Amino acid sequence: MSTFLDISGVDMVFPTPKGSFTALKDVNLKINQGEFVSLIGHSGCGKSTVLNIVAGLYQASSGGVILKNTEVKAPGPERAVVFQNHSLLPWLSAYQNVELAVKQVFAGKMNKTEMKQWIEHNLQLVHMDHAMHKRPGEISGGMKQRVGIARALAMQPEVLLMDEPFGALDALTRAHMQDSLMEIQSQLNNTVIMITHDVDEAVLLSDKIVMMTNGPEATVGEILSVELERPRNRLALAQDTEYNRLRSEVLKFLYEKQRKVEPLPQTKQVNKMQDMSQQKINKVVTINNG
Amino acid sequence: MNSLTSITHNRLMERDKVAAVMVKMAELSKVILLPFIGIAIFLSIWTVTANSIDTSLGKFPGPVAVVTQFENLYQEHVNEREKAQAFFERQETRNAARLAKDPSYEAKIRGYTGKETFWDQIVTSLVTVMSGFILAAVIAIPLGIWMGLSRSLQAAINPIIQIFKPVSPLAWLPLVTMVVSAVYVSPDPIVSKSFINSMLTVTLCSVWPMIINTAIGVSSIDSDLINVSKVLRLSAITHVQKIVLPASIPMIFTGMRLSLGVAWMVLIAAEMLAQNPGLGKFVWDEFQNGSSDSLARIMAAVVVIGFIGFLLDRGILALQRWVSWDQ
Ligand SMILES: Nc1ncnc2c1ncn2[C@@H]1O[C@H](COP(=O)(O)OP(=O)(O)O)[C@@H](O)[C@H]1O
Ligand SMILES: [Mg+2]
Repeated sequence: MSTFLDISGVDMVFPTPKGSFTALKDVNLKINQGEFVSLIGHSGCGKSTVLNIVAGLYQASSGGVILKNTEVKAPGPERAVVFQNHSLLPWLSAYQNVELAVKQVFAGKMNKTEMKQWIEHNLQLVHMDHAMHKRPGEISGGMKQRVGIARALAMQPEVLLMDEPFGALDALTRAHMQDSLMEIQSQLNNTVIMITHDVDEAVLLSDKIVMMTNGPEATVGEILSVELERPRNRLALAQDTEYNRLRSEVLKFLYEKQRKVEPLPQTKQVNKMQDMSQQKINKVVTINNG
Repeated sequence: MNSLTSITHNRLMERDKVAAVMVKMAELSKVILLPFIGIAIFLSIWTVTANSIDTSLGKFPGPVAVVTQFENLYQEHVNEREKAQAFFERQETRNAARLAKDPSYEAKIRGYTGKETFWDQIVTSLVTVMSGFILAAVIAIPLGIWMGLSRSLQAAINPIIQIFKPVSPLAWLPLVTMVVSAVYVSPDPIVSKSFINSMLTVTLCSVWPMIINTAIGVSSIDSDLINVSKVLRLSAITHVQKIVLPASIPMIFTGMRLSLGVAWMVLIAAEMLAQNPGLGKFVWDEFQNGSSDSLARIMAAVVVIGFIGFLLDRGILALQRWVSWDQ
């Protein structure tokens, strides 16, 4: 049997004013149906680019993506995307945002009452049924992200693509959202690709962790299989040796093998001031020593 | 002891109340008192300076003279309407009498051709500016949306817009007049040529800010929202209807407000220059008339022109509040 989702030999070259920039080089990844895969890597390595190619929003410069024996050429609702910044339409209520997707995907397949039930069902799934007639401006960041997930789930996608879905949330809300996502996943068993920069999140949620090397010419560095039993409990796992082994594997990859020495983007002025304060500190140190 | 604390407590409450009232008063004074003081100072400066300016038509009119002229203008309007009423009544009785004598007589109904009053001129100007503005919006908003969606169209049209945008209405007017009299030939025109001339001049001058702002609004829509639309495979029409229009409504309205402001200014100038009916013509006629009241009457027109401009802007703002999701 052929793979459910096959990313093979993907290169991505961006034309930039300074010449072409090879973001991705020979990315290969096979994903089975029902698998939860996270992409992890330092920021700017090309995770979003991979996701956008699978979504069809970008066209790979060479190589390609095959989903259920069909080549991906354009975006479509069977590859629903949850964007980092919720990207809800601010002039529509939570319900209407999901409705727009449902009407588009199930036109002719569901009647009005079925659609209504389906929209409400998906909002219930993400625990947003109590605020479904509120607009994005009236609900918190976590709630917006929930609605974004409900909208994606309501499309009944073959693959659910999530680009740092919880990146903009505070730690507590994020933990809550991760638990919700695991709960939903245990019911629906979707195929998911999720980008994250959170090591715990990757280990907790995934069946496979795909670690990407630094760009330019980023590619898949290592793939880690996570065979922890489900349902997973974050508190119990904190003591688990296998969990901690996986966690340190990912950390090792990110901070030893793909260590990134990033010059902080600062203006010269700030640098100068820092130099000065550094000198002061040095002086203090010498005084203390003396 | 207990009663003492309760007394101080009461006093404190009292003080809070007083403070709350003070805050309210301060707010009220900002809304009412300060503008009132501003207007009062303006009126007194106006009175004093007007008194010291001598023109060939007498002293420059002060506020009192202008108010008197408002009264006169209103009275003239009432008189004119009464005359018209009398005219029609006379015509009716005459026709009825003729018809009684000779049943085969076909009654002729003539329109009343009296002088247009100040009020008539206001109405004419308002109708003209709104027609020209609506025509401009009907052209500009779809074109702006199209330009915002297509970079190539934007590149193609942008230079033309940039060149025509700063053109003064006075330059368009002769061209419009000549073209209209060549093209708009009808033995029984529904609307007069002068109306078409003024309207088209208004359209030509007010179409640009709306095109530009709409195009900017559309081309600066959050790319995430565009991606949502792509993932959902929305059709072009649904995309425009559900994503593009609501997202660019604030910018479209900014353009509309700019345009209506331009339209109103242009219209008054065009009416003056072309002697087309409206407030501009009223000002010009009074200027030519050169009676001792003329300046006061022109000043009354100036006040009305400013006030209508203000109301038009408020009207668009109210429309925006009603249509837009973000206010
Ligand atoms: N449209 C684009 N044009 C040019 N360069 C791009 C574009 N999109 C992404 N890049 C570059 O490709 C690299 C990978 O970006 P991205 O996939 O967004 O990284 P990540 O999501 O891992 O943080 C970055 O260096 C980025 O500057
Ligand atoms: Mg990214």
